[in-house]
Amino acid sequence: MKNGIEQPIAETMFVDGRELPIEGERNVLEIARKAGIDIPTFCYHSELSVYGACRLCLVEVEGRGVQASCSVAPEPGLRVKTNTRQVRDIRKISIELLLANHDMNCPTCVRSASCRLRELSERMGIEKLRYKAVHTPREIDRSAAALVRDPNKCVLCGDCVRACHEIQGVGAIDFAFRGAASAVVPAFCHNLDAVECVNCGLCATVCPTGALTPKPEIDSVWKDLDDPDTVVVAQMAPAVRVGLGEYFGMPAGTITTGEAVAALKAIGFDKVYDTAFTADMTVLEEGEEFLARFAGGGRLPLFTSCCPAWVKYAEQYHHELLPHLSSCKSPQQMFGTVARRVLPNHIPLDGKRLVVVAVMPCTAKKYEAKQEKFITDGQPDVDHVITTAELGLMLRQVGLKLDGLEPQSFDMPLGFKSGAGVIFGVSGGVTEAVLRYAVEKVHGAPPADVTFHEVRGEAGLREAAIQVDDVELRVAIVQGLANVRAIADQIRDGNCPYHLVEVMSCPGGCVCGAGQPHTFNPAARRLRTRAIYNSDKTLEFHKAQDNPELQRCYAEHFGEAGSHAAHQALHTAYRQRRRLHEIDLSVGSNGTADRVRVRVCVGTGCFLNGSQELLRQLIGHVERNGLEQRVAVSATFCMENCGHGANVSVNDTPIERCSLEDVCAAIETALASPPAAVPQL
Amino acid sequence: MRVEEKQTTVDRETGSQTIGRSFEKVCEILDHHQRNPAMLIPILQAVQAEYRYLPKEALAYVATSLGLPPARVFGVATFYAHFALSPKGKYVIHVCDGTACHVKNSQGLVDAIRKRLGLSEDKHTTDDMLFTVETVSCVGACGLAPVAVINEAVHRQVSPQAGVAAIEKILESEEQA
Amino acid sequence: MTTTAKTPTEILADAEAAHRAVAGAVERRIIICAGTGCVAGGALAVRDAFAAKLDTLGLRVTIALEYESPAAADVYLSKSGCQGFCQMGPLVTIEPEGVLYTKVQAEDVAEIVQTTLMGGDVVERLLYVDPRKREHCRSKDDIPFYQRQERTALKECGSLDPEDIREYIALGGYHGARRALCEMTPEEICAEVLRSGLRGRGGGGFPTGRKWELTRVQPGHEKYVICNGDEGDPGAFMDRSLMEGNPHAVIEGMLIAARAVGARTGYVYVRMEYPLAVKRLRRAVDDAHRFGVLGADILGSGFDFELKIMEGAGAFVCGEETALIASVEGKRGMPMPKPPFPAQSGLRGKPTVINNVETLAAIPLILRTGAEAYRARGTANSPGTKTFALTGHVANTGLIEVPFGATLNEIVYEIGGGVTDNAGRITDRPFKAVQIGGPSGGCLVGEHADLPLDFDSLGSVGAMVGSGGLVVMNDTTCMVSVARFFMQFAQNESCGKCVLCREGTRQMLALLDEIIAGDADETTLTVLEQTAQAVKTGSLCGLGKTAPNPVLSTLHYFKEEYEAHVFDKRCPVGACKALTPPVILAEKCIGCGLCVRKCPVKAIAGEKKQPHVIDHQTCVKCGVCLDACKFGAIVQGVAV
Repeated sequence: MKNGIEQPIAETMFVDGRELPIEGERNVLEIARKAGIDIPTFCYHSELSVYGACRLCLVEVEGRGVQASCSVAPEPGLRVKTNTRQVRDIRKISIELLLANHDMNCPTCVRSASCRLRELSERMGIEKLRYKAVHTPREIDRSAAALVRDPNKCVLCGDCVRACHEIQGVGAIDFAFRGAASAVVPAFCHNLDAVECVNCGLCATVCPTGALTPKPEIDSVWKDLDDPDTVVVAQMAPAVRVGLGEYFGMPAGTITTGEAVAALKAIGFDKVYDTAFTADMTVLEEGEEFLARFAGGGRLPLFTSCCPAWVKYAEQYHHELLPHLSSCKSPQQMFGTVARRVLPNHIPLDGKRLVVVAVMPCTAKKYEAKQEKFITDGQPDVDHVITTAELGLMLRQVGLKLDGLEPQSFDMPLGFKSGAGVIFGVSGGVTEAVLRYAVEKVHGAPPADVTFHEVRGEAGLREAAIQVDDVELRVAIVQGLANVRAIADQIRDGNCPYHLVEVMSCPGGCVCGAGQPHTFNPAARRLRTRAIYNSDKTLEFHKAQDNPELQRCYAEHFGEAGSHAAHQALHTAYRQRRRLHEIDLSVGSNGTADRVRVRVCVGTGCFLNGSQELLRQLIGHVERNGLEQRVAVSATFCMENCGHGANVSVNDTPIERCSLEDVCAAIETALASPPAAVPQL
Repeated sequence: MRVEEKQTTVDRETGSQTIGRSFEKVCEILDHHQRNPAMLIPILQAVQAEYRYLPKEALAYVATSLGLPPARVFGVATFYAHFALSPKGKYVIHVCDGTACHVKNSQGLVDAIRKRLGLSEDKHTTDDMLFTVETVSCVGACGLAPVAVINEAVHRQVSPQAGVAAIEKILESEEQA
Repeated sequence: MTTTAKTPTEILADAEAAHRAVAGAVERRIIICAGTGCVAGGALAVRDAFAAKLDTLGLRVTIALEYESPAAADVYLSKSGCQGFCQMGPLVTIEPEGVLYTKVQAEDVAEIVQTTLMGGDVVERLLYVDPRKREHCRSKDDIPFYQRQERTALKECGSLDPEDIREYIALGGYHGARRALCEMTPEEICAEVLRSGLRGRGGGGFPTGRKWELTRVQPGHEKYVICNGDEGDPGAFMDRSLMEGNPHAVIEGMLIAARAVGARTGYVYVRMEYPLAVKRLRRAVDDAHRFGVLGADILGSGFDFELKIMEGAGAFVCGEETALIASVEGKRGMPMPKPPFPAQSGLRGKPTVINNVETLAAIPLILRTGAEAYRARGTANSPGTKTFALTGHVANTGLIEVPFGATLNEIVYEIGGGVTDNAGRITDRPFKAVQIGGPSGGCLVGEHADLPLDFDSLGSVGAMVGSGGLVVMNDTTCMVSVARFFMQFAQNESCGKCVLCREGTRQMLALLDEIIAGDADETTLTVLEQTAQAVKTGSLCGLGKTAPNPVLSTLHYFKEEYEAHVFDKRCPVGACKALTPPVILAEKCIGCGLCVRKCPVKAIAGEKKQPHVIDHQTCVKCGVCLDACKFGAIVQGVAV
């Protein structure tokens, strides 16, 4: 109607007597919210399946009585009342019931200010609890690098469970037990770090309370800032500049780059750099890698590797895709390497310790920085990773307001970037940035337009074909890890049409990472995305290869992009990871001490390679030869060597592509040698 | 020789199970159900019939084989009352606490049996793994209330004294064996 | 179709003829009730004793009719499904005389064989004695428990061999399916069932024909029929008896439903606690396949239908349709919001019709005899009959079937034989309450004694047919404790998904505990009632919506009993321990003085070797004396 085109008269329904048009909403709840009636919910998210558990969105539907508005489809002429005595009473009782089973240490809860339970309690006017407190304390799980799981704060709305399962296809946490004992837990109540969690933090993003939160590193950052023997530098990811403002109440999508730099300086950072610099660097490295594979018949499609949640996902679920992953370090980790190589030339360290702090929109980046492979002689390339929200909190801790700060510029040289590096913050951005490089290389001259609208958009799986002269570059962009499966299947079946695939675990990309101020709705996502693209427009350069500081950095330290020196410093390798730790299926008697320990992998990859049959034969062999007392056989789930099954280990010595003869020979050797001491794990 | 002794004890714990029998069985169960995730509940029922409970290793193996997240399988296994995640005793006593049994003093029966065996609402299995005592919501034999089911056998109109007597009888037969 | 193919009528007629020929060749039939109740009482031992005894007499015995190679037999020793009179089991019927023996044990077999089979006389001591008239009852027809019932769904349960499909066919079985498959369109079937007025027996009473029609009109070829045999109401076992006693009726009902809605696959979801039902259903499905009434091209109609048996794993909530579907899909049995209804999007997202066992078992009859004949029984809005599990303080407990519209007086006094005291003796005192519909239902009281029971009348007094459990309670029953019992059940069985049910049942239980413990005050009852209303109105699924019914119902009819607990700290019937001081039974007390020494507040006094007395003013009801007394002379919390 706005655009002036004559449309048929819209179908309407009535909410509290107001006639409202039905415009494709999934349910009455969405219609009411559109009309400005904020019906409370815990378990409703427009991008997750309808769950119907919190019972807060109850309304009275004429002719049908009290119904959950999330489950009532809009119908022409339908009349609902959202504000009746009965509905108000039930909502209030629901909140009271939740509070009676809640850890009420609200002042010490990190979500105190943004907790929906606390907010609704206040909104419902609950002044005292009429119910008996029935909460029993449970242990807080701080095992994971990226997340803290506090079951005492959980209201069992299931948002995290559905997000992890439906959007990420992981299912690391799920409901367990029943009734009053119900809980959301990792498999077997293990800790989060012992299961397949990819640290994406989507669970924390959707959690209405403090049950799942990003693991804070603020204290260690303050400690290093306070330490006189350190030089503390920050790298700030592109998405932070469009997220931080929201933390201070600005509208979604407000660009606060200069204020953020000033803020970091104000709280004591010696230098503030831009992760977009190393994002530019990633474009060159990944671009070269891509072109080399494209031209040289290498393994395609090439998958991006900037998202550590995606990398862990691939390492756990798709060992066959690992050779497809770009070997480039992520911009965060590249920055760590580059900073330690380059900065001593620019900052007089005077024997002080260089501390690199990353400010990220992301929880998985915390996990990434703590991986063994990014730690050299006990010194991590990136010391601490704080989220956008943590930065906001640090500022509030010292009483700084973002809008009161005079904007400042990034420090040089690692603060200079092109727009290509900045658009890394949105889904499709890495692809577009690489295309700006690759197309120029293929065409042999700068393209007329560097904007690739084809790769922008909101769908979870997008594809585009870019014609460059007589070459067609086919790309796919994935957001939400559950969408990877379709491409993995194509690759397995040999009919994958793509050359380049970008994968970001968070819907919307890094701008909607779990480290950003809490938002899980399409509207804020669009505004942040638009802000990133606007930010690109305002910059002098739009192509990574045009970044003069980057060119200088290469010339001084790494030679050509894609050179051996660059490879040594800026690339990494991947390994297969098992999803569950410490679980083997003993197939004989218990107790393995003093025996030859034979473990046969029966994970999916090895199963396909016949490990189950091998295990059967091996058991037969052990029994036939009366070795039950001397050989302990167990089935294990993954030896992290999936492509080379069947994998077997004999006293912890691995044998890949193992046959019955191989394992029997190894057992014989082991039996002949004196019993090995059980290694300390 | 010391080693020998130790191994014998270990083997006694696993009973008469021959090496690998259970694993073979789990594979068979999975194959029988075409490794179909929708058949998770019958699969777990069959696995439990094999092990008498659901060891988490077996659950993890089932999850991997069906392509399901282990947390989901764990969630299913902990939802249904019949799945046990710890081993049960040799004699599983289900005392019915349905309405009919309840009005005919099934609680007294449960209390008496628990007292005799040193069990409680939270402790269901005796340390010697001989008895597990649980209440069930209804075995559908209301005309016989109160009812106790010992392993498969339904016992009717069981008074607290009769319940304890049944236990004494089992203990006696176990001692003789 | 080839010209030699038999018509559906011929197929069924052949089976019937085969049965008559084989069964007719056997002179005698001894029917041993093999329902769970009788089996627990030793029915199988009785059967073995019969077999052994007859064998020593040189009689040829068969335990299953042999059709393929009929062996001549003198006695057919058959087992039936539950005959309903569980309390008097094991039951043995001798045909053709129709003599019914009760409480038969293996030791009685020789005498039965000698006297009845050989001598043609009856063993009087094993006959049922009508306690009112003090007369021996020779057959079922003479026993008031059976006389007053109208057994249609259960009719065959007590006689036919549930493992013999041909006997089922001979009694008219699969003729309804033949009519539905060969002579009617799906639309006509739905219309016929709608016309019969059949309403879902699982609780809500939704018209079955309308449910089918809603499913039938959904587009798509993949649809499902599910039989809900997850009878979880503690105190009900109608479905169990039907599945055990007449599994083919359930299968035939499903076949007709499948034809009506266009489903090709069906599931029977049975509780794992019902192993015999599972076994008999599996057997029946196999036989039905072999007989061409399941599988491909059923009865030559071109219609295909496969049936699978699925065992539940112990969750009451799976009786709820959407939870049941989740369970069949291999998930946690947690309900989903409706809409969408299963008729629109059920199993695997496809249109699915879910019916209760008893509903499905009524279908063959409707198709065989027509909707009008079915409507002849029952009331206008609730046609047909309903089975109930009659238990509690009543002389005759067991499984009964009456037309809708029967009254409590008829059920409790005429069929049930009257109210009993705690020792099981018939008393003249009226029942205090009858809990109907289990944890979802409510209680009926004296004023409802002549209320014709049907879906609507029960709804109007705050109760519901529910699954059909009828628990009679005498006047020693504490209604607060009854409400607590059901709330405990609901709390145990809550799936934990929705806040109101998960936390609401927990808090209602806590409030009831406070009342029973004497810790309640004037706000307790208000909060209890408000919470109950909120849970009833706002819960996600049927379990939650009905969980407060026992509380609301007892609050309505027994308010003064609650108030006595709350304000007077007194349990009127003396059932709540904390509100009832212990009492020393003078006839048992030997005056040893042990309790006097143990009592922490010196509330007990008495002369040595004389019965002692507790001073109720001083007593703190701690119960120490109960444990101390070695003679069982001190009791607490039972009506004295």
